[in-house]
Amino acid sequence: MDIFLQQIINGLTLGSVYAIVALGYTMVYGIIQLINFAHGEVVMIGAMVAYSVIVALVGAGAPLPPLAIVLCGALAAIPVCMAVGFTLERVAYRPLRRAPRLAPLITAIGLSIILQHLAMIVWSRNPLPYPQVIQSVSYHVTGNPNGATITNVQIAIICMSVLLMAGLTTLVYRTKLGIAMRATAQNQQVAGLMGIDINKVIALTFVIAGGLGSVAGVMVGTYYGIAHYQMGFLLGLKAFSAAVLGGIGNLAGAMLGGLLLGIIEALGAGYVGDITDLCRFASWSDALAARCASGEHVVLFGSNYQDVFAFIVLIVVLVFRPSGLLGERVSDRA
Amino acid sequence: MTAGADATPLLALEGLSVAYGGIRAVKGIDLTVGRGELVCLIGANGAGKTTTLKGITGLQPVSGGRIRYDGADITGRPSFELVRRGLAMVPEGRGVFGGLTIEENLTMGAYTRRDRAGIAADVERVFALFPRLKERRRQTAGTLSGGEQQMLAMGRALMSRPRLLLLDEPSMGLAPLMVQKVFETVLRVSGEGVTILLIEQNAKLALEVAHRGYVMESGAITLAGDARQLLNDPAVRAAYLGEVRATP
Repeated sequence: MDIFLQQIINGLTLGSVYAIVALGYTMVYGIIQLINFAHGEVVMIGAMVAYSVIVALVGAGAPLPPLAIVLCGALAAIPVCMAVGFTLERVAYRPLRRAPRLAPLITAIGLSIILQHLAMIVWSRNPLPYPQVIQSVSYHVTGNPNGATITNVQIAIICMSVLLMAGLTTLVYRTKLGIAMRATAQNQQVAGLMGIDINKVIALTFVIAGGLGSVAGVMVGTYYGIAHYQMGFLLGLKAFSAAVLGGIGNLAGAMLGGLLLGIIEALGAGYVGDITDLCRFASWSDALAARCASGEHVVLFGSNYQDVFAFIVLIVVLVFRPSGLLGERVSDRA
Repeated sequence: MTAGADATPLLALEGLSVAYGGIRAVKGIDLTVGRGELVCLIGANGAGKTTTLKGITGLQPVSGGRIRYDGADITGRPSFELVRRGLAMVPEGRGVFGGLTIEENLTMGAYTRRDRAGIAADVERVFALFPRLKERRRQTAGTLSGGEQQMLAMGRALMSRPRLLLLDEPSMGLAPLMVQKVFETVLRVSGEGVTILLIEQNAKLALEVAHRGYVMESGAITLAGDARQLLNDPAVRAAYLGEVRATP
C-alpha cells in the first residue's frame, strides 16, 4: 500500500509537469491545428537557461534564499522561451499557414533538431548537474515511519502546476483575450471580421505556450537534478501523448491527460518488475529455480522500461479513442 | 437618394476585380452605397455576390480596382482593421462561434471597443431586439437554430456600432417566419441610420426593402437603379422574380 501511495505521489509530480508541457501542445494545436514538435525543445531551453542563471548565482555566492535562486532562474527562462516561441511562429510557421499540413509538421521536426543542436553548442553535449540549491526535505504522508513520503520539491512542483493551470484557465475562459483566442481557434476569418488581429492572437498563443514550457523545464531540472540538450525530445513526446490522451486541442484534456500519464508511468515503473518477475514461474525450469533460490530476482522488464508506458498509452488511445478522453470529435486533420 | 449631408458615398467600388486562382469571379464592377442608404446586390447563385463582399472585407485578395470607404482607399486592407473604421459584416452561413456562448459571441462583436458601460448597454439592446437570445445567453451558439444564429450574427455585427453593415444572404436556409423577422430587423437597423449593403438571392424581398439595387450576373453588374424600378423591370422579373417562390 505504501509503495502504491509513493508511486501515486511520484506520478502526480511527474504528471503535473507533463500537464504543463501538454498545455503548450494543445493550445497551439487548438488554434492552428499544428503539432508543434519543437515544443519539447522550448522546455529544454527553459531548463538550460535557468541552469545557467542558477549556476551563476550560486557561483557568485549570492546571498539569496534557495527558493529565490530557483525563482530567478525561472524568471530568466520565461522571457527567453517566450521569445523562442514567438520566433518559431513568426519565422517558421506563419509563412506556412496556408501550406499543406505536412509542411509545417516537417518544419516543426526540423526546428526541434535545430534547437537541440543550438543548445548543444551553447551548453555542451554533456549532462549538466543542476545545483541542488533547495535542500530536499521529506514529509511522511501516513503514520508509518517507513511509509510513503513527499518532498518539498514535489509539493512545490504540484502547487506551481496547479497555479499555472488555474491561471491559464482564467485567461482563456474569463478574459477578452481568451475569448478572442477561442474565437480564432474556431473560425479565423470571422474572428478577423470582429476586428481580432489573428496573427497577434496566434503569436500570443505561442508566447504563452513558451512561458508555460519554460517553467516546466525548470521543474524537470530541479526534480531530476540534471539537464541535457536532448532532454526535450522524450519529455516532449510524452507530453504530446498526454495531450492526445486527454483530447488534443482541449485544455482540460491536457491537464487530465498529463496527470493520468504521470500516474500510469509511475505505477508502471513501480510494478512492472513485480509483475514480470520470472521467479513465480520457477517451477517451470530447474535453471530458473536455481537462480531464484540464490536470492536473485530474474525480472523480464525492470523499471528502466518506464518510458514505454507513455507510448503504450498513446497507441491504445489512437486505436480505441482517437479523439481522446475529453475530445468531442475525431479530428480529420493530421 | 443619399440621406446624409455629405454627398460622397460611404462605400464605392471602382472597377473591382476578384479572382480565385486564374478565374475572375468579379470582373471590374462599379458600385456605390451612399450614407444612410440600403442598397441590395442581387443575382443568381455563383454570380459573384459573395466574392464581392469578400473582396471588400479583405477575405479574398483583390486582383484589380479600388475600394473606397468614407473617402479612404481600403483596398487590400486586412479585415481586422476595417471594424475599427466602422465596417461590419455578417458573413454567409452566419459564422457564429459555435463553441462560445451567446454572450461571448456578442463580446467578440465589440472586440475593438473599450467602453465597458456602452458595451453592456448594447448587449441589452441586442437582447431587446432578439429576446430569444437573452433567454439563452449562457448557452453555446452551436445549440441555436439557424434563425437564432442569424439573429446572433446580426446582433454581433451591431455590437461594433457599425456605420456600414454588409449582410451576406441573411435569409439563406431560414424558415419563412424567420426570413420575415430578419428583414424586419434589416429595416429597423437601416432606420436607425446604419448604411447597409445587402446581398440576397431572394430578389423580391431584397428589392422591396432596399432603396437601390444592383443586379449581378457572371461577375458583372448588368442592371442598376431604383429598387422599385428594378422590381418592375421586365428583365429582372423574368430572370429573378419568376424563380422566387411564394414569399411570406
